[in-house]
Amino acid sequence: MDHNIVGKSVTRLDAVAKVTGKAKYTDDFFERDMLVGKVLRSPHAHAVVKSVDLSRARALPGVAAVFTALDLPKIKFATAGHPWSLDPGHRDVEDRLILTDKARFVGDAVAAVVAEDALTAEKALRLIDIEYEVLPHVLTAEDAMKEGAPLLHENRPGNVVSSFGVQFGDVEAEFGRADHVIEGDYETSVVQHCHIESMSAFAYVDADGRVVVNSSTQIPHIVRRIVAQALGLPWGRVQVIKPYIGGGFGNKQDVVVEPLAAAMSLAAGGRPVRYCMTREEVFIDTRTRHAMKLHLKTAVDADGTLRGIHVQLLSNTGAYASHGHSIAMSAGGKFRPLYDFASVKFEPKTVYTNLPVAGAMRGYGTPQIFFALESHLDDIARRLGIDPIELRRKNLIKVGHQDPLTKNVVRSFGIPQCIEKGMELIRWDEKRRAHLDQKGPRRRGLGMALFAYASGTHPVALELAGARIVMNQDGSVTLQVGATEIGQGSDTVFAQITAEVLGLPIGMVHVVTTQDTDITPFDSGAYASRQTFVTGIAVRKAAMEVRDKVLEVAARRTGLAPAEMDIRDCRIVETALGRVVCSLEDVAMDAYYDRLLAAPITSDTSANVRINAMSYGATFVEVDVDVETGKVEVAEIWNVHDSGTIINPRLAEGQVHGGVSMALGAALLEQMLFDPQTGKALNNNLLDYKLPTILDTPRINAAFVETFEAAGSFGSKSLGECPVISPAPAVRNAVLDATGVAFHKIPLYPQVVFEKFREAGLLAQRSVDHV
Amino acid sequence: MFDICELHEPGTLEEAKAILAENPGLKVIAGGTDVLIRLQHGSLAGAGLLSLKNLHALEEIVMLGDGTISVGAMAPFTTIFQSGLIRRHVPVLCEAAVSMGGPQVRNVATIGGNICNGAVSADSASTLFALDALLKLETSTDERIIPMGDFYAGPGKVNLRPGELLTAVLIPREGYEGMGGHYIKYAMRKAMDIATLGVAVVCKVREDRFVDLRIGLGVAAPVPIRCFEAEAYAKGKEVTPEVVQEIARLAVKPAKARTSWRASKDYREHLIEVLAQRAVAEAVKRGGGCCAD
Ligand SMILES: Cc1cc2nc3c(=O)[nH]c(=O)nc-3n(C[C@H](O)[C@H](O)[C@H](O)COP(=O)(O)OP(=O)(O)OC[C@H]3O[C@@H](n4cnc5c(N)ncnc54)[C@H](O)[C@@H]3O)c2cc1C
Repeated sequence: MDHNIVGKSVTRLDAVAKVTGKAKYTDDFFERDMLVGKVLRSPHAHAVVKSVDLSRARALPGVAAVFTALDLPKIKFATAGHPWSLDPGHRDVEDRLILTDKARFVGDAVAAVVAEDALTAEKALRLIDIEYEVLPHVLTAEDAMKEGAPLLHENRPGNVVSSFGVQFGDVEAEFGRADHVIEGDYETSVVQHCHIESMSAFAYVDADGRVVVNSSTQIPHIVRRIVAQALGLPWGRVQVIKPYIGGGFGNKQDVVVEPLAAAMSLAAGGRPVRYCMTREEVFIDTRTRHAMKLHLKTAVDADGTLRGIHVQLLSNTGAYASHGHSIAMSAGGKFRPLYDFASVKFEPKTVYTNLPVAGAMRGYGTPQIFFALESHLDDIARRLGIDPIELRRKNLIKVGHQDPLTKNVVRSFGIPQCIEKGMELIRWDEKRRAHLDQKGPRRRGLGMALFAYASGTHPVALELAGARIVMNQDGSVTLQVGATEIGQGSDTVFAQITAEVLGLPIGMVHVVTTQDTDITPFDSGAYASRQTFVTGIAVRKAAMEVRDKVLEVAARRTGLAPAEMDIRDCRIVETALGRVVCSLEDVAMDAYYDRLLAAPITSDTSANVRINAMSYGATFVEVDVDVETGKVEVAEIWNVHDSGTIINPRLAEGQVHGGVSMALGAALLEQMLFDPQTGKALNNNLLDYKLPTILDTPRINAAFVETFEAAGSFGSKSLGECPVISPAPAVRNAVLDATGVAFHKIPLYPQVVFEKFREAGLLAQRSVDHV
Repeated sequence: MFDICELHEPGTLEEAKAILAENPGLKVIAGGTDVLIRLQHGSLAGAGLLSLKNLHALEEIVMLGDGTISVGAMAPFTTIFQSGLIRRHVPVLCEAAVSMGGPQVRNVATIGGNICNGAVSADSASTLFALDALLKLETSTDERIIPMGDFYAGPGKVNLRPGELLTAVLIPREGYEGMGGHYIKYAMRKAMDIATLGVAVVCKVREDRFVDLRIGLGVAAPVPIRCFEAEAYAKGKEVTPEVVQEIARLAVKPAKARTSWRASKDYREHLIEVLAQRAVAEAVKRGGGCCAD
């Protein structure tokens, strides 16, 4: 299909605002008489607050309020950024208080101070006296499930949040029938989003007595609901405003600071209060990526046919459920529409421990399961003596595949082409040959991994998106969406869709980038790689409606039938002749000012999208291993994606660059560490938590295989989270190729790599001739 | 917002020394890249500060009459890295300087602050150790010049007397002349990181023999150290892969590496050997020798 604007690398709408510093983020807004809120955090991993004495803190000049759980409504609420479910059985776990009366991890918020300035607030924190009754704590999921383990929450025996799983076919029978049954254990570590902008909000009570919260969030409409629930307010009495945001990656698909910011304002008589976390606080008291342990058991024939797989997954969710078991379930759903297993048994367990809370993070459980599965497939290939790519190719699903559990149908499947393209781009065969029989202290290796992902959450959750378009007098349009631009470029893509439908240049589409729950159409927000796919459908629908209305007015003017006309570059043309009949501005002016028939052209629609589209891709990577120091460097990397039609190639590449760099951090360097005795975070800062810098990031290459997805607007599918999934196993497989050493846990941190290499006898080979 | 009670910003060194003599409790602040972090974390809460930022004379890098290179304590690492004098005569110090943090940090972080902070990971320290550098310390009434080795007292502890300021780092002619050098900063990241191990080597090779070799190690013991046994062994030896390997093996001896969550003792010792070998081999090349492959 031929498009004018879709498929073009239109400059992102916010580019100039962001590079010139004109874009305003939550912390750039100031209110008169603004106060500062700070939080007192538990020094214990598990402890009951026995008594509190706030008198010394309250007496400090400049302090406006000091409070604890005792001063707040005792309402337990759920924080996960999911649409509300009318079915009580399908709701998120309500296990959180705004401030807790029982600390469940080191850093759990137990008291808050509101003061004239940050320094005074900090001084006041030191004047709060709290007496704790310290309880025994558990840090690993295994320990937490042991009999007699301390219980974190009353209503969860064994600390298990959920062990709900799924299966189809008879996996046990496949184990009996298959030529081989191969097992493997794989593990991932706790990592953090590390968005540049901190977690931040400010709140005040307006003249009508409503609570107004400005927040750096991905999900303003959900924040509104949860702030109201946490404070026991009618939902309409809360207003949430989301300005530009400096990254979220899922951490802000959760309600973390907003209820407390609102409570701080209420405690200070409704005065504006800012609660902005320090980086150290962001590490411990927002969300992390779930550390998972996976045991994979696969029935496979000698020719490589995968018959059945049994996946046992243990997910450590930390002290509160947050997104909890949804993440394990998401993991279990993504590999099925990639490999054609005759039977699957997926047994996940999500378990509470006394660690910081794990929640949503780009990929939502999928990077973990694909690390395990794609590593496992290479291990199987080695065992069977089959080429790892052949093994995968042999077992791929085909277009038309329907998942037996979700009933989602695969309508576009570009994996075979992704594999072909990736092999060619990295020169797979040639390099594989060159890497045979390496002996020295530096070795090269090639690895690859595949992934599958979804576009939104259907059929698990509601996929509702709202879009509103108003045509202005000059024929330009203003677009409002409830979906949030969080740096991924969605506003630009929505503008492109609108411009394409309406025959407008991109400059004639103005997008309101701020979401304000009082004004903005309803949409659940930025997550699940849903916006281009789901909100895109709503935007297209709104634009089509405007187009119809424009052509109706044009028909009035010209006497032609609407179907005989088209909008091209701000003009109405008679389609058959290509003849200009009037300008779009003429139509818009009629719509505004015709004495008889004036009715401004607008549309206000929403789309309830009850369909899903699977996205696919592959990573191909060459690594350079310094055997003596244990350092692994990426020499060349390609991420090849099937995300359907690419609406904006440059923005798509940007997603790949960011996602791959995030994945490489988790593959090689990043992990949050905790003192095994106390549960205290050891490296909750950007010096000790090894987020890669630009110098540590290799040149990242993105390539696309453009399939056409019938369900998406203009054939598009998801891309936002996709790039983060396959790099880690590909790197791991490349190290295996280079050294023959199979790693089963990420990150491949030099210390660990050194230990494994020594164990494998690689270091004994260090000899003088390499000086 | 910082929790400080007073701030002095003298315009001359004399003035600064006088203020410090009167208020020895003041915390000296140079570039502030260590001090401000401690203030932020509350460990210097309520401190009074004496800022050296206006003492521009202390930023100078010059060669003295006897060939000693004097680096002013207030010289930021960007200045050091870009100094023609340092590039010509002590390129290994450039390597150390540019390994610091990132561009913004190097623009403000000073060499004096790096040393006086007393961190065993200080990137300039191991190199200056290997260069046999001296420190010039002044009070309002006194002046002394001491070897680097006498200055470090323990982790984060230096022998700075009350009222004393570091004014210059002196690199004597014998320290650098005719020497090839190499600094390996081994860290988890290529920028914005603290060294897991720092290995600085300078050496002089004539007719394929080690005339002189000095090795400084950072993060191998509670303070930066020299590897005297390895150095003594090298003297006069022919440069061969076996000799270099033996030097590297001996370099591990003075180390007092320990296990922490950052790295194990084992791994650290292994790294000392591997990296000392690499650093010596590279320094030999740069010092006019060749180490047969
Ligand atoms: C982001 C970041 C990255 C960093 N990366 C590195 C790195 O890669 N390698 C590294 O080694 N360090 C690193 N550091 C630490 C720091 O930048 C260095 O130690 C720097 O050299 C300190 O210099 P300064 O001028 O900022 O010292 P300041 O912070 O001003 O002072 C440091 C200490 O020295 C004392 N002091 C300073 N000057 C004098 C003087 N003339 N006389 C007496 N006492 C004095 C101060 O009282 C204080 O105790 C980093 C710091 C940050 C914030």
